[in-house]
Formats: sequence, C-alpha cells, structure tokens
Amino acid sequence: MLIKVNNLEKQFSNGEVVTKVLHGVSFNIEKGEFVSIMGPSGSGKSTLMHILGFLDKLSSGEYLFEGEDVSKLTPDELAEKRGKKVGFIFQSFNLLSTLTVLENVTLPLIYSNVKEKDREKIGKDLLERVGLSHRLDYNPNKLSGGEKQRVAIARALVNNPEVIFADEPTGNLDSKSGFQVMKILQDLNEKGNTIILVTHERITAEYAKRIINIKDGLIISDEKVVNRQIAKDNNELLK
Amino acid sequence: MSIFESIKISIQMLLKNKMQSFLTMLGIIIGVMAVVIVMSVGASSQEFILNEVKTIGTDLIGVLPGNSKGAPSSAMGIVNTSLKYEDGEKILNQNNSNIDTLAMYVQGNTKIIAGENDLNISFSGSTENYMIIQKVEIAEGRFYTKEEEKNYSRVVVLGSKVAKDLFGDQSPIGEKVKIKDLSFKVIGVFKEKGSSLTQDQDNSIVVPIKTAQKLLLGIDYINLMRIKVVDESLIDETKEDIRSVLRESHNIDNEDEEDFTINATATALESIEAITNAMTLFLVAVSAISLIVGGFGIMNIMLATVEERISEIGLRKALGAKESQIISQFLIETIVITFLSGLIGIILGIFVSFIIYEVIILLGTNWFFIIPFWSVIFAAFVSIGIGLIFGIAPARKASKLDPIEALRYE
Ligand SMILES: Nc1ncnc2c1ncn2[C@@H]1O[C@H](COP(=O)(O)OP(=O)(O)OP(=O)(O)O)[C@@H](O)[C@H]1O
Ligand SMILES: [Mg+2]
Repeated sequence: MLIKVNNLEKQFSNGEVVTKVLHGVSFNIEKGEFVSIMGPSGSGKSTLMHILGFLDKLSSGEYLFEGEDVSKLTPDELAEKRGKKVGFIFQSFNLLSTLTVLENVTLPLIYSNVKEKDREKIGKDLLERVGLSHRLDYNPNKLSGGEKQRVAIARALVNNPEVIFADEPTGNLDSKSGFQVMKILQDLNEKGNTIILVTHERITAEYAKRIINIKDGLIISDEKVVNRQIAKDNNELLK
Repeated sequence: MSIFESIKISIQMLLKNKMQSFLTMLGIIIGVMAVVIVMSVGASSQEFILNEVKTIGTDLIGVLPGNSKGAPSSAMGIVNTSLKYEDGEKILNQNNSNIDTLAMYVQGNTKIIAGENDLNISFSGSTENYMIIQKVEIAEGRFYTKEEEKNYSRVVVLGSKVAKDLFGDQSPIGEKVKIKDLSFKVIGVFKEKGSSLTQDQDNSIVVPIKTAQKLLLGIDYINLMRIKVVDESLIDETKEDIRSVLRESHNIDNEDEEDFTINATATALESIEAITNAMTLFLVAVSAISLIVGGFGIMNIMLATVEERISEIGLRKALGAKESQIISQFLIETIVITFLSGLIGIILGIFVSFIIYEVIILLGTNWFFIIPFWSVIFAAFVSIGIGLIFGIAPARKASKLDPIEALRYE
C-alpha cells in the first residue's frame, strides 16, 4: 500500500476564525494507480493534495505513506520525502526565472546532493523525453505555457519519485498543450508511475483510471473510470 | 548542496538585480573603504613622523635651557639664557666614555649678500662636530676647525641651495659674502639633504658658534646642545651623567630648580608612535561604526528580499530543500554580498590612499604610500563577519516560511 488515508480532517485557523476544509476522508492508493481527485472549486482538493505531498500537516486522522505515519516525521524527514518521494506539477508552473530550463529541472537534485555532472545528464535526458532538448539554456519566461508545464513535468520526474502530484496541470493551457500534458502523464503511468491528478473538470479527470469525487470536504464517490480518455488514441489532437 | 553551489546561486541572484545589489553593497563598500584609507593614512603619517625624527637620530640627547616643568619660558617671550658654551665644554671634559660627540647651537635669521645677490635665510652657529650630529656632508671645500671655532673666525659653510642661489653654477669656495655688514669667507658647501620637518638644511648656513654669538647675535648663551651617545642603550645612563654635570656647574641640588631640560629623541619616538597609534585606532573605530550601520542596511534589504522571494523559497522547500539548506543559502548570499562589498571597498580604499599619496607628494612633502597588510585582512574579515551576523535574521525568516503559504503567494 502506497498511500493510506484514514478519517483525515483539516482545518485552518487564522486567529479566531477556524475554517474546516476536510471533514474526514478515507481512501487507499496502490502503487501504479492513476487517480483523479475531482470536485468543484473550494471543495478542498488542493488542500488534500498538499497534505498527501508532505507540504501541509493534517489536523486529525491518519496518513500512512508506504506504511509510515507521516505525522511522526520531523521537518527534515518531510523535506527529504518532498524531494525524493514525490514530484509536483502546479497549475502556475512555478519555475524560477533566475534559472535556465535545465537548472530548473535539476533543482531538486541539488537538495538531494546529486553531483553537478550527474545532475546535468539526468536533466538533459528528461528534457529530451518531454521534447525540450532544444530549450536547455532558455529562460523559462521565454517559453510557451505548454513548454513551461513540460519543464515542470521533467522537474517532477527528476528524483524518480514514487508519486507525481499534478494540481490542475492543464488549467493554464490551451486544449492542445493540455492534451500533450495528459499524454505524458498517461505514458508515465503506463511505465509504472503512480499519478494523482487534481482537477475540477470531469473530462480531464477521465484520463485517470479512478476518480475520487469530493465536495465540501467529503468524498461523495470513489469509482473506476468506465469510459477512459486515452490520449494516444486521439489522432486529431496528437498532430 | 555544496557551499560552492550556494555561492554560485548567490552570484546569479546578485547579477540579476545589479542596481539593487549595488545599493545594498554601498554601505559596506564605503565603510570598508573608510577603514582602509584611515589605516593607510594613519600608517603613512606615522612613518612620515618617525622618519623625520629618525633623520635627527635616535642616539641623540638634547639639552635645552629652561625647566620643562611649568610653562615653557620661550612661549612667554622670555629668553632663557641659562645654558652656556662652558656647560658643553664641561660635559666634554668629563671624558665620559658613553659620549661620542657633542655639538652646541645658536640660531638666528639674517640677510646674506654676495655681489648683486642677496637672500634672507636662517643660520646656525655651531661647534666643529656639527656635521657628525646633523648627519650632513661636505660637497665642496671643508668645514671649520676647532681653532676657527675658538678664535672667532669669519668663515661660513653654505647650504646647497644657498650656494646655488647666490653663486649659480660657479664655485663659491674662497668667495666673500656679507652677513650683517661683516665680511665672511665661504670655506665649504654642504651636500644636498632635502628638507625635513625640523630643518631646511639646504637653505641655511653655518658659522662657528662663537662668531655667531659675539658678532651676529650679541649673546653669551646657547640655544641647544646635542650629544651623541656611543649606543642607543646608553641614553638613560648618559642623561643622568649630563644632569649631574650641569647641576654641579649651575649649583643646583634639586630637580625643581633645574634650569635646563634633557630629552632624548628615542623616547620622543616612542611617544609619537603611541600617539599616532591611538589616533589611528580612534579613526578606525569611527569608520567601524559606519560598517555596522552598513550591516543594518544589508539586513533590512535582505529581509525585504525574503519578502520578495517568498514564492521562490516555498518552491525550493516543495522541491525538498531543508530548513538548514535555506538558511545556508541566504546566509551565504549575504556573506557573498558583504564580502564582495568588502573587496570593492578594499580596492577603492587602496586607490584613494594612493591618490592621497600622490597629491601630498605633488605638494612637496616626503610622504609614504603604506597599506598595512593586516588592515586589508581586517577589512575582509570584518565584512565577512558583518554578513554572518546581519545575515542570520533574514536567513532564519526564510527558512521558517511555510511551503504552502509561500507557494500560494504570487
Ligand atoms: N491557509 C488557509 N486558511 C484558511 N482557509 C484556507 C486556507 N487554504 C485554503 N483555505 C480554504 O479551504 C477551502 C479549500 O481550498 P482548496 O484550495 O483546497 O480548494 P480547491 O478544491 O483546490 O479549489 P480550486 O479548484 O479553486 O483550486 C477554500 O474555501 C479555501 O478558502
Ligand atoms: Mg486547488
């Protein structure tokens, strides 16, 4: 079992005001799954993803990652998990404009103490896989949205993570670039990567094999996708 | 992450924002520059003063008329007549083995005329050992003898500039000059010596002391006596010997009544060194304050930078950066800024010190260009230290940022 969540709750307290966001959610995710977390805006999808990705702490309940109780991890252990176990793809790309494309991709490797030479090789290979080997020394600001997101995908893969979290990865992209991103995610899943995709659109969610539907901080359904979208079968958008 | 990598990241950040970086650095640059300049000028002026004193010699004892305790009589317009030619003779007659030579002096100003030319100059009346004590040499002709000193000979030895001004390229030896309406024979010319704080040897003349006393000044006392000891270590001992001779000669038996003052250039040297050191230290302390002010400036700017870079920091944390790695990145960034500022400050400081040196040389003084090595080391370490101290607060602030908060912040 890769991820096991038991009655997870999350609330934010800003001084006097307490906002309850997750009201007790439970699910398991196995290695190799492709799961969409779907729900309307404000339902708590990103909040859930942040907790699963070691970026935020749960308020109550239980979260086991590879059988390990995440609440018991020290800040340094959490940082290590963020660096090595998970990769993030954000809606707004979150690339550093002070670094080149290649440096952005290899940034996580700096923190996991990989030597500069090895870093470069890993980064170049990944950029080749997302079709950007001709943009290594570009400033990310000069790339199109689709290209930026592919850089972010390469960065998410750089530490060979157990899970890739993608929070609305197509939200800022046109349909064609969005489609390309979904294709890469499906390819990765074919090769065995576990992928957790956060989205509010059913059509995007259906690229996954399973959809966890949440609303107002509660799971309202959790089922297999019947009519799955398969990117490589879509000849029109593949061109 | 290696330190080298952190330094690389820091430099990238600095280059990205050149103008802001420069303004950040300005405070430290100016502070370090001030420290280097102050230390350089301090060391140079110390060297200058010491050099001046050393040209007189550190193995000399001076004897002046009047008691050094209480107000100096000369300042009150009183001429002290207590020291006589005979006092010097008495000291010499002791045959004190510590004493190498002794010279006595009277001083005055006069007009000197040679044919059509005339000059206003200062003159010394002195004894035959003048040249040894004053460390001057004869370029042409000779100095006067003991006989000439004793029998009021009207002979004169000219400074190199006086000879040149009066006689041009002609040799003045054997020529007559007029001093106070009396005719003197030129018997020698000194080698050029260059001017110093205390004396302009090249622009003065020397006549036998008795001649000066009787014919030029009309006095029976002397202004100064200088005694050269065999070795510097004997100075204190010899001072006491001289004191007892003079007390006996003047019938004095307690210190308060002494009508003479004995001093030594060696002790003067020590006090000058102490004074200039204290002065330099004071100025360094003043410029150090400007460095601290610069440090606070850097801290404020770094804190603002953390604010500006919240999303970057959040991203780095999301990608696996530990708190310690964020701290070291920001700390190193601050240190790189302060160290580079220090480096620029050192270079500018040396440059300005050199300009000061050039200007003073142009103005005709024998200045020195000294950059104390330790001042450079000191400035470099201080600037690194400032980065370390003032970088801690911003670095801690950055490391404590919550990755989510930071990622949300756009
Ligand atoms: N730090 C916080 N403090 C207070 N409330 C918060 C905080 N973070 C999130 N929330 C609230 O929690 C709720 C869920 O937010 P979340 O970002 O998880 O929604 P979402 O499902 O990802 O929405 P969207 O599709 O718009 O991205 C929202 O109402 C939001 O205002
Ligand atoms: Mg969201």
